[in-house]
Amino acid sequence: MMNSHPVIPSVWAPPQLSMRWWPVFLRNLLVWRKLAIPSLVGGIAEPLMWLVAFGYGLGALVGSVNMGGQEVPYILFLASGSICMSAMNSASFEALYSAFSRMHMQKTWDGIMNAPVRLDDVVMAEMLWASYKALFTVTAILGVMLALGISHSWKLILAWPVLWLVGVTFSCIALIFNALAKGYDFFTYYFTLFLTPMMFLSGIYFPRTQLPEWLQVITSYLPLTAAIEVVRPLFLDQWPQHFVGNLCLLVGVAASAFWLALALTRKRFRA
Amino acid sequence: MTDLLNVQNLVKRFGDNTVVNDLSFHIAPGECLGVIGPNGAGKTTTLRMCLGLTTPDAGSMTYFGNLRMPHDALAIKSRLGVVAQMDTLDPDFTAEENLLVYGRYFGMKDREIKARIAPLLEFGALTSKAKAKPGELSGGMKRRLSLSRALINHPQMLLLDEPTTGLDPQARHLMWERLQMLMQEGKSILLTTHFMDEAERLCDRLLVLDHGQKIAEGKPRDLISQHLEPDVVEVYGQGALALAAPESALRQHAARVEVSGETVFFYTAEAQPLLMALQHWPHLRSLHRPANLEDLFLKLTGRQIRENA
Repeated sequence: MMNSHPVIPSVWAPPQLSMRWWPVFLRNLLVWRKLAIPSLVGGIAEPLMWLVAFGYGLGALVGSVNMGGQEVPYILFLASGSICMSAMNSASFEALYSAFSRMHMQKTWDGIMNAPVRLDDVVMAEMLWASYKALFTVTAILGVMLALGISHSWKLILAWPVLWLVGVTFSCIALIFNALAKGYDFFTYYFTLFLTPMMFLSGIYFPRTQLPEWLQVITSYLPLTAAIEVVRPLFLDQWPQHFVGNLCLLVGVAASAFWLALALTRKRFRA
Repeated sequence: MTDLLNVQNLVKRFGDNTVVNDLSFHIAPGECLGVIGPNGAGKTTTLRMCLGLTTPDAGSMTYFGNLRMPHDALAIKSRLGVVAQMDTLDPDFTAEENLLVYGRYFGMKDREIKARIAPLLEFGALTSKAKAKPGELSGGMKRRLSLSRALINHPQMLLLDEPTTGLDPQARHLMWERLQMLMQEGKSILLTTHFMDEAERLCDRLLVLDHGQKIAEGKPRDLISQHLEPDVVEVYGQGALALAAPESALRQHAARVEVSGETVFFYTAEAQPLLMALQHWPHLRSLHRPANLEDLFLKLTGRQIRENA
């Protein structure tokens, strides 16, 4: 037989993408439309409670934060960092718990792949969907922040796409863990060992300059740090200092994480 | 006419375990091919390879004359309908939304899909359940919704993995009726099943798999007459097993004698002398019936329960 030895393509082969990710994205949108109100309340209420409790409560004690000679009100400092965290959390939850439900519990992905849709397109759709949810959440929070008068800089328009990129980056990372998970419990590791330390070390609650110097060096490479270094100045009506570098870091992490997530997911589905 | 599917020398190994071993078969247009075999025989793996979900270690699968799996997977799948062993219906959607969303995966326009929803729900006897979610449907309704969903793209061929497992008799009969309607429309079907009555009723041709290999192939009736005597007499009750002993006089009336549990099976071309002789044991109960596919299946694959299956 001429073709009696089919070549099994490597899981590391480049993504084979088509527009078929769109109906998969639409599927998630249609489900979410039915649950949008509770999801919106959950996605916005919690970060806002943090903001009010810490921003106004702790802010009254802290007063302002000195940033490179400039005194910044604590609530503004906190708001500009915590919105990045909201993008991170929103994308992570969706690409972990919700994607895992669809992939593993409901077997939605299996059903989709009996139609002419590749696994690569399904993973792409999940990634974009989770980033869309992050974008939706931060948009609502931004609206409330504007209403509260925390910042009125027109540069916030630029923060918006950056926050979407933050969602993309963390969706890609979360999909790696989704591909490896045997059950929901596995995600606890990701949250306690990865996201929580990052939340405390990326300069949301206090400037990273408070950290020991060696830790400042390490934490400067965290994707959440990169996000905050871009978004915070925009809240302060300033131009970020390392705009391109930080964006490149986010894009680089997103691209490599997506590739790894795709390879691991292909491996999972091959078995 | 060209075969809809032609599978040649398919091999799949998982580690040292060869789950599909040099398997070849084909499906002609309008034909229903049944794949039967014990658990672990390689049925589902074969189906997964036919769908491009598992890559074979060797062999070829050609659809519609010139499309090769997995190379042309998307072009092939756009012409297939699949009902998997486990329902993959979307629990958050109503029956009609399930059809709409699934049609979009085939690149169909919403208008085109919506025109198909009512007839497909009617086909599945689900018209009154258009707004119901899968959680509100019975097992049989869910299976029929899965079948209706698989038809959304006007497939030429259907792949069904145990379509009636877990259904009550009424639901199974309704499913069979629907599948027969599809065959009358000229659709080809590849189905796996554990139910011999289902295989006999629906399939034009059967493929018997065991340990990943084809051990028999043919029309159900032909297979039975090739491998079995036409009549079976089952005998059970106190002391029945003694009748199967090598010195038993009854053995001369049967071509073959098998024991399973407390029951003795006599396979014979001529049952009358055996039935007469059995009158000497009035306390034993016996059942005289024609040989069926289940007898064939058990003869070919053995009566023992398999520990690892």
